[in-house]
Amino acid sequence: MTGVVSYLVFFLTIASILAIAVLGLNLHWGNTGLFNGGIAAFFGMGAYMTIILGGTPQTGQFGGFGLVYPMALVGGICASGLLAWIVGVATLKLRHDYLAIATFGVAVAFESFVRNTEWLTGGAKGLRGFERPLEAMIGDPFVFNLCFFVFVLAVLVVVYFGLGRLIRSPYGRLLRAIREDEDAAQSLGKNPAKVRLASFITGSMILGASGGLYATFYAFVSPDDVLPILTFQIWAMLIVGGAGNNKGALLGAFVIWAAWTASGWVLARVAPVEMQLYTGTMQYILIGLVIVGMLLLRPQGLLPERLVISQSGSGTARRSVQST
Amino acid sequence: MIQALLDGILVGSVVALGAIGLTMIMHLLRFANFSHAELLSIGAYAALVFDGIFAAVLPASKAAVGSLSLTWALFLAIIAAMVLTGLSAIVIDRLVFKRIRETAGPLSMVFASFGVALIIRSGLSLVFGLKTRLYSDDIVFAVTISTNPQLLIKPDQVFVFCAAVLIMLVLHLVLSRTTFGWALRAVAENPALAQVAGVRLSTVVSVTWVVGGALAGAAGVFHALDNQVSPMIGHNFVLAVFAATIVGGIGSVYGAVIGGFLVGIAFGLALVIMPPGYSPAMPFLIILAVLFIRPQGIFGEQR
Repeated sequence: MTGVVSYLVFFLTIASILAIAVLGLNLHWGNTGLFNGGIAAFFGMGAYMTIILGGTPQTGQFGGFGLVYPMALVGGICASGLLAWIVGVATLKLRHDYLAIATFGVAVAFESFVRNTEWLTGGAKGLRGFERPLEAMIGDPFVFNLCFFVFVLAVLVVVYFGLGRLIRSPYGRLLRAIREDEDAAQSLGKNPAKVRLASFITGSMILGASGGLYATFYAFVSPDDVLPILTFQIWAMLIVGGAGNNKGALLGAFVIWAAWTASGWVLARVAPVEMQLYTGTMQYILIGLVIVGMLLLRPQGLLPERLVISQSGSGTARRSVQST
Repeated sequence: MIQALLDGILVGSVVALGAIGLTMIMHLLRFANFSHAELLSIGAYAALVFDGIFAAVLPASKAAVGSLSLTWALFLAIIAAMVLTGLSAIVIDRLVFKRIRETAGPLSMVFASFGVALIIRSGLSLVFGLKTRLYSDDIVFAVTISTNPQLLIKPDQVFVFCAAVLIMLVLHLVLSRTTFGWALRAVAENPALAQVAGVRLSTVVSVTWVVGGALAGAAGVFHALDNQVSPMIGHNFVLAVFAATIVGGIGSVYGAVIGGFLVGIAFGLALVIMPPGYSPAMPFLIILAVLFIRPQGIFGEQR
């Protein structure tokens, strides 16, 4: 029984961490129409920076500054934002697919960087030596995991409601306006490139937060945590849930993570011995099929975006909800 | 240094072949096709299969061509692989991209191409295994063409370079001398006006997929001939072909060729100055540099 409960806590913790990333991506894709093909890089930047800043000193290893945990996490988040700024400034004034290519590139470059820069990132063996906050004080691993889950859930709730407010605010309307018709928004004196950059950086910082939490949970990060498949998984979560709808993003995160875990479990038991090496490959095909299948069959996702039409009628803004 | 340059030019010919199709599709259909590089993998594996078939059916074709490791069977297989890759490009378009094109915007196509790339790559590894393969187990020794500076080159590499240049030359003649070439350029320039002038848009799109796919297929075989057949070929080349199209300017076939060689040479020279582990990051740095300095590329028009 405790086994089941502790596994459930473990599962929900990872799913919630990934859900935070999906919310960040939703700000990019769902609300601003930005294609981020390099989620793994922004996630990984948050993860690595959190461990580097908050870890204990290791011999022969740069980093291990031992900052208090909140500062380390914020450092990781800011590092992701900085990376997004560099990529965003170069691409956001150009045709949309430049951002897709550049972000895809940043993920490839990031992975090869962390794999090879041993003095900073530990290379292929990854970074260890991170003491999880309050772990020593709490002692019991189960209680710690439970507390950490509550913490992750709190972050998820803050991000969810924060983004909800942002999207309902005039600024959120501006984001959608730019997504729908850039020229019209520009004619109203808005600066699309600037707004897109702000949205891109904000979303990337949320991805960084997710990565920081992920690294904290495992107290370890390695290049295997920033593989391209992560980008595909997060995308599948968003497209299944419904781009533009934060409830859908949450739903998608839990559905896809459950499906991923379950498919791995089933394949490990059902697949014949000589095919065991290929269970990951089969899961990759499933993720690809989910993405392409959703786009072909139900591009709006399980929970479609509710389009809000603002009308300035009799002084107060009335809202009518249009179903797509 | 000169050796690195030579190796770079060779990589460049592969990248250029891959980038031509990508730049045409990016211009015509206005989406960044992340699955284009997977056509290189399809070509490489198709040649592996056809090579086996031809060698079994025509035992005489197992003889090597001149001093190359390339056999006549593989030579025929390259042509068959180009045809098959071209056809598979059009099949993918019909199955996925065409349907999405009709209902959704270009970014949905970018997104779909992500999924398609993942399916092709994983599918190939499932069918052919994750282990790399070779067309021929024979070892062909490199020929020393100069001792000071030390320069080594394999006969296969000379073949690859010449064949790549020949293919590009044929493409140049087709684009500049035939009605199809004009139609293609007209559609890329102004689709509506081209249609008024009697160009069938769907035919041009289909032919572009076939030509782009065939060139990518050839690029895949050429790369595998000098290295290995692996399901990761597409993944390893995707960023390089994008870099080549961006350097050359999206939509410019000649730009893609020059961009391809520039990216290849940059790859070669990068190996001289930095550890090989970092070389996957090279195309990204090129892309970033071009976007900061001249975002429209060498031959691209200002958007």
